[in-house]
Amino acid sequence: MRRPSLRTIGALAASVLLVPLATACGSDGKGAGSGTEAGEKSGGGTLVVYSGRSEDLVAPLIEKLEKTTGSKVEVRYGDSAELAAQLLEEGDRTDADLFFSQDAGALGALGKEGRLAALPQKSLDRVDKAFRAENGDWVGVSGRVRVIAYHGDKVAEAPDSVHELTGPEWKGKVGYAPTNASFQAFVTGMRVLEGDDATRKWLKDFQANDPQVYEKNGAVLDAVDDGKAELGLINHYYWYEKAAEEGADKLKAKLHFPTKGDPGALVNVAGVGILKGSDQSTAARKAVDFFLAEEAQTYFADETHEYPLAAGVTGGDDLPPLDSIDAPEIDLSRLESLQVTLEMLQEAGMV
Amino acid sequence: MKSSGTRGHQAPSAPARSAPGPDDAPAPSRPGRAGRRPPLLLLALASAAAALTLLPLVYLAVRAVERGPAYAWNVVATDRTLELLARSVGLAAVVVTACLVLGISLAWLTVRTALPGRRAWSVLATLPLAVPSYVAAFAWISARPDLAGFSGAAFALTLVSYPYVYLPVAAALRGIDPAQEEASRALGHGPWSTFRRVTLPQLRPAAAGGGLLVALYVLSDFGAVSIMRYETFTRAIHTSYKASFDRTPAAALSVVLVLMTVLLVAAEARTRGRAGHARTGGGTARPTPPIPLGRLKWPALGWCSAVAAAGVAFPAGTLGYWLAVGNSRTWDPRGLLETGGITLLVAALGAALTTCLALPVGVLAARHRGRAAHLLEQAAYAGHAVPGITVGLAMVFLAVRFAYPLYQELPLLVAAYAVLFLPVAVGATRAAVLQAPPVLEDVARSLGRGPLGVLREVTVPLAAPGIAAGAALTFVVCMKELPATLLLRPTGMDTLATRLWTETGTGSYAAAAPYAAVLILIAAVPSYLLGRHRA
Repeated sequence: MRRPSLRTIGALAASVLLVPLATACGSDGKGAGSGTEAGEKSGGGTLVVYSGRSEDLVAPLIEKLEKTTGSKVEVRYGDSAELAAQLLEEGDRTDADLFFSQDAGALGALGKEGRLAALPQKSLDRVDKAFRAENGDWVGVSGRVRVIAYHGDKVAEAPDSVHELTGPEWKGKVGYAPTNASFQAFVTGMRVLEGDDATRKWLKDFQANDPQVYEKNGAVLDAVDDGKAELGLINHYYWYEKAAEEGADKLKAKLHFPTKGDPGALVNVAGVGILKGSDQSTAARKAVDFFLAEEAQTYFADETHEYPLAAGVTGGDDLPPLDSIDAPEIDLSRLESLQVTLEMLQEAGMV
Repeated sequence: MKSSGTRGHQAPSAPARSAPGPDDAPAPSRPGRAGRRPPLLLLALASAAAALTLLPLVYLAVRAVERGPAYAWNVVATDRTLELLARSVGLAAVVVTACLVLGISLAWLTVRTALPGRRAWSVLATLPLAVPSYVAAFAWISARPDLAGFSGAAFALTLVSYPYVYLPVAAALRGIDPAQEEASRALGHGPWSTFRRVTLPQLRPAAAGGGLLVALYVLSDFGAVSIMRYETFTRAIHTSYKASFDRTPAAALSVVLVLMTVLLVAAEARTRGRAGHARTGGGTARPTPPIPLGRLKWPALGWCSAVAAAGVAFPAGTLGYWLAVGNSRTWDPRGLLETGGITLLVAALGAALTTCLALPVGVLAARHRGRAAHLLEQAAYAGHAVPGITVGLAMVFLAVRFAYPLYQELPLLVAAYAVLFLPVAVGATRAAVLQAPPVLEDVARSLGRGPLGVLREVTVPLAAPGIAAGAALTFVVCMKELPATLLLRPTGMDTLATRLWTETGTGSYAAAAPYAAVLILIAAVPSYLLGRHRA
């Protein structure tokens, strides 16, 4: 029957062979001189950024970044953890020069495998010791604090520690998002601070207290605001986002920052690291400084309601100052030990 | 009932084979081809296709035993692995069963009966394929949060994957020689009995092939199960990547999925049975007169409407809502156009390459028995149940080591699509070739054509509609693919699926909706063509 379809298949087959050839010849992907031939050391090359932070947040900065570094900047967006896995798989043949991660754990994992280059001390020193790698191979750019959200009318006094949440007065009244990375980072933080056995016990007691499960931080906050839950474990900036949208005075939900170095007040960061063997290390270092300079710091604070981490920059919101937050002191690189945390959450029947 | 005797009802071309006799011999007698050795060139081509799809397994082997087999064994040999397997298999079983019921019933109604608006229904029945599993799951869970868990995952996956069954079964129904059914009716069987005893056995390869694809799709799906919060094997593999940045446990777990695939493919080969599917004369058959539905018209329309409402109208309505709440800021016509164009290009390339690679494997599987043919077919399926992220990382690993110039370039992405979706095209090709009467190939051989000449002049033209359907199907699944595309696309290049992921990741559903809408609209084109297709 239909001869034409045969011809079509032939034509398709031909195009399959030809189009890739054409694209390979006119390749615009990484330009010539990518990969192994150590490329241009001074401006004019392409700085490749792998970004676990979203495009709508990062893209507006790129043009300014290009001006600053003198290089063309190409960004590959993805999920922080998946990009970290990709970078590990690419090894020293990676094209990436800079990794911009949504959390410290992924940077810690790359550092542990020796994939990150040491950053200049001058850049590191712009940020408090607590928010950068101990060995100096990554640096935090913006901070996110774990908080307890509470319903202002229903709750007279919010608890000062996550350890109080296992008490009978909160039975069935606490909302949380067990699959959310920030919650899991908080549990990992508790393990680092108080040990595995204590954390396991807390998870068991917390689970026995019938908490309300939600998919995301935003849903937890909405539940608290609607009075479905009286307390919620979230990151601080969700509340500020909601307040910006709906008006702070309209929100029933309020924020409480746990005290006395409670694990419930963990400060996690989004940060950057430079890949070892980058052929654009000059531009990459300039990029790191750009992210730590006032303009970018203020931009992140305004856009995401996170804490600027560089000394001397203050956020636009009426955030309580970062040094007033009684955060626990831990080495954030250690947040990469998520595996054990997950096993615990599975044991407790949370995920 | 395996009457493979084709009674030439009008075509003088082929001698009718006497029905009983040698055909009653036990398997592996298949009409025509039992023990013929496949031509060497066909074997070589099929081997090349299989080799490509086995690449991820090389990577899995390297990663899984990186720290010694004992370590990998410790990762795999836990109660949790068993539990996850049970959850995954349970989900796959339920979804496959539901897809078979939906797919076969809709195919029969739209192809064989006097259902009002058959063409529109057949397009509608194909359309859910265009809805990515994560979009369907999201639409449903935002409307019905209580769906979370097993029921929601099964529901969403059934709705997006029943076309895997519907399409090949509909194609098979169009290809079936009506003479046999007429004979059955003449012998006093009612329509139901005829359907069960004559039609259904002939649909078995298409339905089994479709069911296998659904099963593998469910095993490897991450989108729907993560949104529905139902823990499966694939979700655990993703979690493992995210949690430990350690590829060894994830690879060890993936190996279990590969073994599952091998078992499933073997099981499917068994159920395929020995039914004959040949008809005489390629495209010259009389169209089968549509069966009047009578009193069943309204229930049938209700059934089609319900499926279309759940699978198409509801997700589309949800998208419409998001489009409506969006504002001009979320509309970016130029970006949409550009992304749409790129998606068209990569999906078309992916479909073309996959179809070409599937052709020798499918012909081999349809026409030849024997260990080589069987192994090659198995190999083509090997990577299909492995999560996209694992296949993606495998391609990263191999490309940076052995094909660096191709890394993060279009050809590598297209090759990854071929690895991921070869079974989609193989299943369609095999079912289509099975419907082409082997006797015509014999005639061509006797007239002095070589094996390749026969393939070019007889087999492929006869099977073309089915192969085209497979290509269209592959095109649509390439369009929807996300995890491997994210890893392998050229830096800065976006497909509709990756844009969708970007926008939903930041929670801006209004901004994501246009991309989802365009994705569905583009995917509607092949669906429409397939729905309209009349042999």
